[in-house]
This record gives sequence, structure tokens and C-alpha cells, in this order.
Amino acid sequence: MAYKGHRINPQKFEKSQIKIILIILPLVLVMGLPILYIINHAFKPMDELFAYPPKFFVSRPTFDNFTKLFKASRTAGIPLSRYVFNSSIVTITVVFSSIILSTAAGFALSKLKFKGKFALMNINQAALMFVPVAVMIPRYMTINVLGITDTFFAHILPLIPLPVALFLVKQFIDQVPDSLIEAAYIDGASEWKVYRKIVLPLIKPAIATAAILVFQQVWTNMETSNYYVSSEGLKTLTFYMNTLTTTQNTVAGQGMQAAASLIMFLPSLVLFIILQNSVMNTMAHSGIK
Amino acid sequence: MKQKSRIGRRENSNRRAYVFLFPYLLLFGIFIIIPVVIAIGLSFTNYNAIEFPGFVGFLNYINLITNDEIFMQHVLPNTVAYAIIVGPGGYILSFLLAWALAQLSKLPRTIFALILYSPSLTSGIAMTVLWKVMFTGDQTGYINSWLMSLGVINEPIIWLVNTRYLLPIVIFIGLWSSMGVGFLAILAGILNSDETLYEAAAIDGVKNRFQEMIYITIPNMKPQMLFAAVMSIVGAFQNGTISTQLAGNPTPSYAAQLIVNHVEDYGFIRYEMGYAAATSVALLGIVWIFSSISKKMFAED
Repeated sequence: MAYKGHRINPQKFEKSQIKIILIILPLVLVMGLPILYIINHAFKPMDELFAYPPKFFVSRPTFDNFTKLFKASRTAGIPLSRYVFNSSIVTITVVFSSIILSTAAGFALSKLKFKGKFALMNINQAALMFVPVAVMIPRYMTINVLGITDTFFAHILPLIPLPVALFLVKQFIDQVPDSLIEAAYIDGASEWKVYRKIVLPLIKPAIATAAILVFQQVWTNMETSNYYVSSEGLKTLTFYMNTLTTTQNTVAGQGMQAAASLIMFLPSLVLFIILQNSVMNTMAHSGIK
Repeated sequence: MKQKSRIGRRENSNRRAYVFLFPYLLLFGIFIIIPVVIAIGLSFTNYNAIEFPGFVGFLNYINLITNDEIFMQHVLPNTVAYAIIVGPGGYILSFLLAWALAQLSKLPRTIFALILYSPSLTSGIAMTVLWKVMFTGDQTGYINSWLMSLGVINEPIIWLVNTRYLLPIVIFIGLWSSMGVGFLAILAGILNSDETLYEAAAIDGVKNRFQEMIYITIPNMKPQMLFAAVMSIVGAFQNGTISTQLAGNPTPSYAAQLIVNHVEDYGFIRYEMGYAAATSVALLGIVWIFSSISKKMFAED
């Protein structure tokens, strides 16, 4: 009986997969608990939120927490749509710019030759190892000097360079075979063309992963709203949701917090579902074989 | 793969490379490098966020090593314990789970991947809403209520104040949220490996999934393995939000105080910015040493 080799990414269900599922199932359940909890909690009516003994699952779901949340937002001077708009603009701009800049830089670091290459890679990696809290005040100083405080630029520009994204993308570009790029050069392709036509399509999984990462960083970011922007009308949804739920620290607070968490979580979830197909893109190497 | 490729010998390559790098480097320089350099500069001063910083030489570093009892007795041991468990633990867990997921067909894999990554998607918000409620110190807390109904304990445990339980809880939540971007990178790396390699290996005498993992999967995705390793190390040393979200800063009797929390404590509560900066430079050094070791392990030869 010769061993045929297990194929990664099997096309259909086989018996041998059952034991793998059984092993990871308990872990999956523990990891999934929190999502279940937030969803259940967000739809609980008042008496179930404070039931004793506490109940994990909601028995009479209601939208009370959401209506309370929206009522609270209506009493504020600035409409909720304004925050949604701000967050959307900031997030979309940062995700796209960050991906373009990191892939371009990653291509240069991985496949082009220039002076200072290794130093640059090391500096980039050291930067991601430096605790963000320690840089907060110096960062505020530089933003102040640039004169972009209280503008959209203060939300967008500081978040575009993300050393982790560059590191990730560069690692994937390392795997693109040099022979493929050489062949393109021989055919007369420019670096620009190689970047666009060979590198970008082949590192789709890295781009998708980086997009999820950058989105997370921007979407949940409160630093820019807290320190660099003072006009209420320019702040982001995350900041607003946070103030709404922390200032309303009454008994109703918990349900509202869960509702707000669920609302803030949904875009991340949708994005992950859309992009996971590219992360787990098993076709990427078909151009190489 | 030692032979020099033609890529390196392209004319103008130098100049073109800078064109590709320039936009990133510009923003990276302004918003990351300059602030980091300022922070390192501040570590040699007595800056207190109000007065103009005065130069004190290595005093902050000397104080950190010789004079800071809290740092030596609580913060450093806590950080080491946290990093030793959550760093390698989270890394191995990420790899094994990603590898296991790759053996499944598409639908279950997608669902499992989503659930496993979800702690990273919810992190921050989930921390306050979820874990604080889970570990509430009276009988209305879920954990207390479950343990009491199972008869494990008779009295509710005040989880988040009790110094015996606080650090283990923080470590547990650290592991729970460690399926992050490293996990995704490994998953993408495994799924993108060349399938013909597995067939060839089977002919060459590889006998089971475990051998496949050691001889084919890992060597073929060194770049992703290195990325995930560095991210695990950084995450293990830099994650301070769990402690403070659960128990405030400083944590009760410094039971779960990590280096990052120490930096926050000095920087934003005591306003000793110079000292906080020195502590973070020391942390950078620690992280750098460990990631250099991991780089040697996954070096491309």
C-alpha cells in the first residue's frame, strides 16, 4: 500500500478529515464563544441582561438595545451619518493607499537591487517592534509641526505607512520565482509592468491579508480622533460609539455596549468573508508551474 | 539558490527602486521614523511633558536596571511569563490550526477560519464587553456562576482583583486572541504551496501527514513562518491592553503588570516621559534579540 500523499485543499469531504475536525472543534468552540456572546447579548431585553443566574443565550430577542443606542445618538448635535461618512472615507482611503504603497515598496525590497536595501528592511522591522504608546507624544509633535491637525489628513496620513503590511507583502514577494521575473525582463517588460502584471496577481493572498489587517487598524483606531482631531464633526464612528457607551455607564450601558460592538464588528466580518477567498486562494501558483 | 540572477544586474535598477520605495518611505519617515527617533532621544532626558527636556545621559537606563523594584520584581517576571507562554504557544497553535484547516475542504475550512480569526476581529471592543462580564467577581459572572453550579467552588471568586488568578487570566486571553495576521499568513502560505511537491514526496518515501509537514510544508513557506514568528514575538511582548482593560493600570499589586503597562504608567499617569521612553527602548532591545534568533531559524539559504 503506497502512500499517495495528502493533498492540501482537498476538493471534497473524506473520512480522514473527521479526526482533524474532532481535534480542532473544541478550540473552535472556545474561540467562537465571544461572537456568539456578543450577538446574543446585543439582542437581550433588560431583564435577561441582569438575570440571575446569568443566561448565555437570548430567549426573547428584541431590538431595544439598538433603539436605545440610536436614541442616545439623536440627542447629540451631530448626526450619526456624519460619523459613518467620516469613518468610511478614512478607512477606504487608508486601505487603498496603504496596499499600493506597501506592495510597491515590498517589490523594490524583494526583487530590485539598490543601496541600503538591508538597512531599510531592518529599520522597517525595528519600527514594528517599537511600542506604539511610546511614540504617541513625538507623533503628535510631528503632526503639529506639519500643521495637519484637525483635518482629514490627520486621520489618513499617519495610518498609511504600516510596517507590518510591508513586511508581510515582502515575505510573499520573496516567493515569486526570480526566473519568472527574468523571463519578463527578457521579453522587454519594464519594472512597472513586472510589478503590475506579475507580482501583484501572484501575491493576491498577501494583499487580501494585508487589507484585512489595515482595515482593522484603521476601523478600530481611536488615537487619531482622540489626539489629532478636535472638531466633533471630524471624528470617527469608533470614537463616537466609544464615548456613547462609556458615558452612558448606567444599567442600560451593557446592552448598548453589546449592540455597539456588534455594529462595529459587522463591517470587519463582511470584509473578512469577502477577502478570505483570496487569502485561501489556491490558484495563485498556477502561473508559475 | 546562490547564483546571481540577472534581476540584480539591470541597469538603472538603483534609481527605479527608489521610485517604487519613495511614497512609502516618505510617510514612513515622517510618521514613524522621526517620532521613534524623538522617543529614543527623549530616553536620555528627564522630559515630563511640561518643561523643556533636560539631558540626563544614561540615568534613566541605570535607574531602570538598578532602582526600579516594581520593574524587577513584578513587571519583568510577568512579561517573561506572558511572553514565554503566549509567544511560542500562540505561534505553534497558529501553525497547527492553519495546517489542520488546510487539510479540510473549502466550506468547513472557511467557517472554521472565520471563527478562529474572530477574536482578532473583535479585539479591543470584545475585551471590555465580553471578558469583564465573563469574569465578573460576584455570582452574576458567567464563570463564577458555571463553576458554582458545577460545584467546583462554593463562593464566587473575585477573579480580576485576586493576584493569583489575574496573570493566568491575562495569559489565557492572550492565547485566545493570538490567531492573528500570522495565522492568516501561514494559512495562505500552506494553501499556496505547490501540490506537485506532495505527490513527488510521496514517491520519495514520505509516509504520513506529519512527515509531509516537516519535510515539505515548513521548508516551502519559510517567509511566512518567519513573518508569523516575528509577529508572535512582537505580540507577546507588546500586548498590554488585556491587563489594563481587565484590571486597570496599575493592575492590583502589579499582578499582571507587563512592560507595556509600565511604559503607560510612567508616560501617561506619572508623566515621566523620559523614563517611559527608556523603558520602551529596553523593550525594543528585548524584542529585537528574540526576532534575530527567529530570523536565523528561518533564514533563506
